[in-house]
Amino acid sequence: MKDIEQIVVRFSGDSGDGMQITGTQFSNTAAQMGNDLATFPDFPAEIRAPQGTVAGVSGFQVHFGSIEITTPGDEPHVLVAMNPAALKANIKDLKAGATIIVNEDAFTDLGFKKAGYLRNPLEDIEGFNIISAKITEQTKEALKDLDLDTKGKARCKNFYALGMTYFMFARDLEPTLKWIKEKFAKSPILQEANSIALKSGYNFADTINASAEVYNIVPAKIEKGTYRQISGNIALSWGFIFAAQNAGLDLFLGSYPITPASDILHELSKHKNYGVKTFQAEDEIAAICSSIGASFAGALSITTSSGPGIALKSEGLNLAVMLEIPLVVIDVQRGGPSTGLPTKTEQADLNMAMFGRNGESPMIILAAKSPSDCFHMAFEAARLSLEHMTPVMLLTDGYIANGATPWKIPDLDGDYPKIKTRFVDQTDLTDGFKPYKRDLETLARKWATPGMKGFEHRVGGLEKENETGNVSYDPDNHELMIKLREEKVAKVANFIPEQVIEGNAKADTLVVSWGGTYGSVHQAVKEMNYQHPCAHVHIQYLNPFPKNLEKVLRSYSKIVVCELNRGQLKDLLNSKFSLNAKGYNKVQGKPFKVRELVQMLTKEITLG
Amino acid sequence: MTEKIKLSKKDFMSDQEIKWCPGCGDYAILAAAQMAMANAGVPPHEVCVISGIGCSSRFPYYVNSFGMHSIHGRAPAVATGVKLQNPNLSVWIITGDGDGLSIGGNHLAHILRRNLDVNIILFNNEIYGLTKGQYSPTSRQGTKTKSTPLGSIDRTFTPAKFAMGAGATFFARTIDTDPKHMIEVFAKASAHKGTSIVEVFQNCIIFNDKIHDEFTNRSVRDDHTVRLEEGKPMIFGKDNNRGLIQDGFHFKEVEVSGNEDKLFIHDPTDECLAQILANLDGVNGPMPLGVLKRIEVNTYEDGFFSQIDDQLDKKGKGDIKKLLMSGNTWEVN
Repeated sequence: MKDIEQIVVRFSGDSGDGMQITGTQFSNTAAQMGNDLATFPDFPAEIRAPQGTVAGVSGFQVHFGSIEITTPGDEPHVLVAMNPAALKANIKDLKAGATIIVNEDAFTDLGFKKAGYLRNPLEDIEGFNIISAKITEQTKEALKDLDLDTKGKARCKNFYALGMTYFMFARDLEPTLKWIKEKFAKSPILQEANSIALKSGYNFADTINASAEVYNIVPAKIEKGTYRQISGNIALSWGFIFAAQNAGLDLFLGSYPITPASDILHELSKHKNYGVKTFQAEDEIAAICSSIGASFAGALSITTSSGPGIALKSEGLNLAVMLEIPLVVIDVQRGGPSTGLPTKTEQADLNMAMFGRNGESPMIILAAKSPSDCFHMAFEAARLSLEHMTPVMLLTDGYIANGATPWKIPDLDGDYPKIKTRFVDQTDLTDGFKPYKRDLETLARKWATPGMKGFEHRVGGLEKENETGNVSYDPDNHELMIKLREEKVAKVANFIPEQVIEGNAKADTLVVSWGGTYGSVHQAVKEMNYQHPCAHVHIQYLNPFPKNLEKVLRSYSKIVVCELNRGQLKDLLNSKFSLNAKGYNKVQGKPFKVRELVQMLTKEITLG
Repeated sequence: MTEKIKLSKKDFMSDQEIKWCPGCGDYAILAAAQMAMANAGVPPHEVCVISGIGCSSRFPYYVNSFGMHSIHGRAPAVATGVKLQNPNLSVWIITGDGDGLSIGGNHLAHILRRNLDVNIILFNNEIYGLTKGQYSPTSRQGTKTKSTPLGSIDRTFTPAKFAMGAGATFFARTIDTDPKHMIEVFAKASAHKGTSIVEVFQNCIIFNDKIHDEFTNRSVRDDHTVRLEEGKPMIFGKDNNRGLIQDGFHFKEVEVSGNEDKLFIHDPTDECLAQILANLDGVNGPMPLGVLKRIEVNTYEDGFFSQIDDQLDKKGKGDIKKLLMSGNTWEVN
């Protein structure tokens, strides 16, 4: 057995081959064996593209190790390819010398044709360690005594393949056997079939030991605590449930289905006994408007979407800006413009979040940095929106929404402050109720909801008179209100954490990133610091920026802003602080690879 | 809603100066709605009025209650959120023919289909007033306006047919020149459990004056409209001498005299009848006023809150700490 620090495995097959389950099981086992890890599912936009074609390939990548793991990995060391299309879709991504496990039964003339190969590709591949196994046939053979039809037996082949990888990485079978038992509790025959398939695959790999090296990945040094795996969309959903409970409010979600945000609607719809109300509206506009209505009536209101939906919501967002009520809008960014790349990741909606509304319309903008960070940032978005009585846009992306990492379950009482809502009380009636009277520290107004006697008032999208909230077209009042709304958002800087510097703070070069690229950039900076030190600033509070950000930025002679867009944060920083930051940009619907960042930074630093 | 209390129209008048054009039909509708609200006995702080954009949508500013002048066409969506957050409120939606049937048609269709327990007043003046006179979806074909100098080409949208198509559970029609009728109809709308929609023929004195005259002008209206009353024969005309009898899938106008026992008896719970009534347009028969349709089905919030209650019964109140610890977890020591 050979000890290694980290391994990247990608499971790949037809979208009906069960690769997402296989990958999830592999990562759960790694987590329970104490490894650090990150995962990323990669599925096609089409639900069931023609079988055997490259368009229908579904993948799941797991990066695990005995060291800190912050990304799902650049290049797989091991690929499980259930058919020729899966080989074709993935081979260019593999690390040189990688091991490829192929299901020989799918490597037929018909399979080659569907994948667009003229002949068996395995004959033309060089430089890889290929383990070819009759996975389908061997699974059927292992299950021959079970009272299950042939199709049902063949369907267990993903667990056979999983068993093979478990042998290769000296994995414990127990967590998956336990999962099978629970998952198929209602069907003893499927319990047995999948368990046998898993063990048979494991034993088969043991038998052919000669062709595969067994790798051992010892537990990583991880902070003490109770852990679980979590994806960004689930973490985000739970963060809002917590924030609502913390604030003593109902959580209301008005939403319209859109990839890759729908899982938040699905998740919250399961938890109606947590004080959660979900409403699937007739369109994106109705989704945000219903949330505005629920906020007016006293809920912690959120609305979830992705780029095209956020575009439709901008008029509603501006109404919330004008009403000065709490509302959190979640943009799970995907490749744009227009329908773009629905299932692929990008961070090109920052400009829309900052500027995509008519008039002077300042908005608090936050961005989560990892799947588990979505929990924390959901809480932060709710806290700032409720305490400052203004809408917040929270940006995540398809990469962290669907990706998963282990998460140390936080101490909800100790780690989080109590959110202070701004409901009116009887003292607000002393001189007659003034709906737009402001708190001096935050400039937030108070929240009076329908049903509260004595607080009847009218709000709307027309400009308000200061304090009374009555409609006013007075020129000076308009300018005053514009400035008040602007200052209110600016003052949020007093209530957010200062910017942290990571990496080598004393270096000359600063790498800046935001959003879901944290893992890749963090890892790249770590690798850089062996030879070419640089500092790293990852911005989670994008509007307003942390108070110390300008000072931090000014203390570096060279700044490189890495983004999965054409330079939106870079332009923002340059125009706001008159800097000369450079951009490193990629818009391929894919995350940064650590290797490409290291190459780029090395060039930047060594060439000056 | 709390116990019915004694209220007057004054309780629902806000301190804001009303800024509609002198002579606008909106004044009478506002007064009638305020009367109906007072009669309903729900105190102002439990009333919430939501509007979209347009002349009619200034309405919430003039009602002493909670209110929101929201964005163009979206009042039904905003109201849905308000009602689902606080189902005890009496929610009124104010919209117009442009706001409700053009830019907000989608939301109007869906709130009617869902049957949320709210009341909608649709001011129909067949014109865009606030943008200074363009034809609207309810304008008659050939209408000449600033945007249609050669006459409008679109076929006319009929609110009654739209509502029937969307599965509305309550549809009524009234006129801005008859306060008594408006108050009665609004009261019935407010009493209906589910979404009620009331179309009001409203006069825009500036851009579309007298467009509804044949149905609203006291001197001629009785000959061109039929006042529907539940359980009563359909009789109309200045001298109450005209009546409607069934003729296949249509109505036929007849002299009352000699046809007394054949006259159609109005039943708003009959959906087929409601469809036929929705087709009457003043040309093919008298324009029906009053409640065309009123059926009882479960409201949206009945289902919405029973699912929540059911989950609470089955699972108990959710504890976020337990949720975080659910499924696979492991200890690192």
